[in-house]
Amino acid sequence: MKRCEAIKAIAGLLKKDEPVISANGMISREMCATRDRSHNFYMLGSMGLASSIGLGLALSVPNKKVIVIDGDGNVLMNLGSLTTIGKLCPKNLIHVVLDNESHDSTGGQPTASKIAKLEEIAKASGFKTTRRASSIEMLKEAMKELLASDGPSFLLAKVKRGGEPVPRVPYEPEVVKDRFKKALFDD
Amino acid sequence: MKADEFCLLLKGYGFNFFAGVPCTILKDIIGHLLNDRDVIYITATREEEAIGIATGAYLGGKKSVVLMQNSGIGNSMGALGSLPLLYKVPMLLLVSWRGYRGKDAPEHLIMGEAMLKLLRSVGIPFQVLSQWGIEEEVSTAVRDMEKRQIPIALLLRRGVIK
Repeated sequence: MKRCEAIKAIAGLLKKDEPVISANGMISREMCATRDRSHNFYMLGSMGLASSIGLGLALSVPNKKVIVIDGDGNVLMNLGSLTTIGKLCPKNLIHVVLDNESHDSTGGQPTASKIAKLEEIAKASGFKTTRRASSIEMLKEAMKELLASDGPSFLLAKVKRGGEPVPRVPYEPEVVKDRFKKALFDD
Repeated sequence: MKADEFCLLLKGYGFNFFAGVPCTILKDIIGHLLNDRDVIYITATREEEAIGIATGAYLGGKKSVVLMQNSGIGNSMGALGSLPLLYKVPMLLLVSWRGYRGKDAPEHLIMGEAMLKLLRSVGIPFQVLSQWGIEEEVSTAVRDMEKRQIPIALLLRRGVIK
């Protein structure tokens, strides 16, 4: 599956109010182009920290399902985060990783996820449920299951490298943050 | 000031979420936070991870403090620049100052000497905590943090908190 198809499938399964943290680079751009909503927090920099932001948020709003949409390069920069999540075990966190086995936003340099099974690392770190999807159908099915059950959950989706050009996120960082916070507390 | 009094002081300003990487200078403070049921303390694996967690907590309505040794400022400069400084996320950075005035184990001397320059270079204001002026210094830092909506560093030398 293509990355944009995976993002579209995930976005299509979201209700109005689940907060989403999307990783920097093409993932945030595609999320913004596919389904821009105030409950999306688009990361621009701080590569690797999507799951950490998601963890802090999940612990602070335990009644909301928090979804992190991450990439393989990002997870590999902050692997320790999986162990912190596994230890704290927030029930309301879903960590989705779109794995194209490369740093696709910066020229397609290969990552270690061709060999390293990230979902097994998550499992060994204490995630309650882990799933691996290699097709859109599998991804949708797994996502529906995880949205309806307690986590922390980890969903690895194997996606193809490359994608169509997508515009940058059109909002100033402060606007992204302010509208996200407002949306969260207006619910 | 004692560690428990210092924790009470921070809690008095509404800080209720803490994430950090330990340092011996911070151990009594962290010990109190870990045992305090009114606050959350998260042991992070790296300082930038703690900054990410603290940012998420802020988005979820908490008031956050990140604890680290000054070597961690070096580790987390990129994250500070492209997360809390970029998005204007207020938080306190409680940073232990190893290598202060060149008196410490050799591994602390270079980063100890560089710390103020590092903070100034990315525009993070700081307060050096002193034995007799902590209340005033923390009050100034919190006021600055609220006004500017960015991280503010509190620098803690050995012996200031008992």
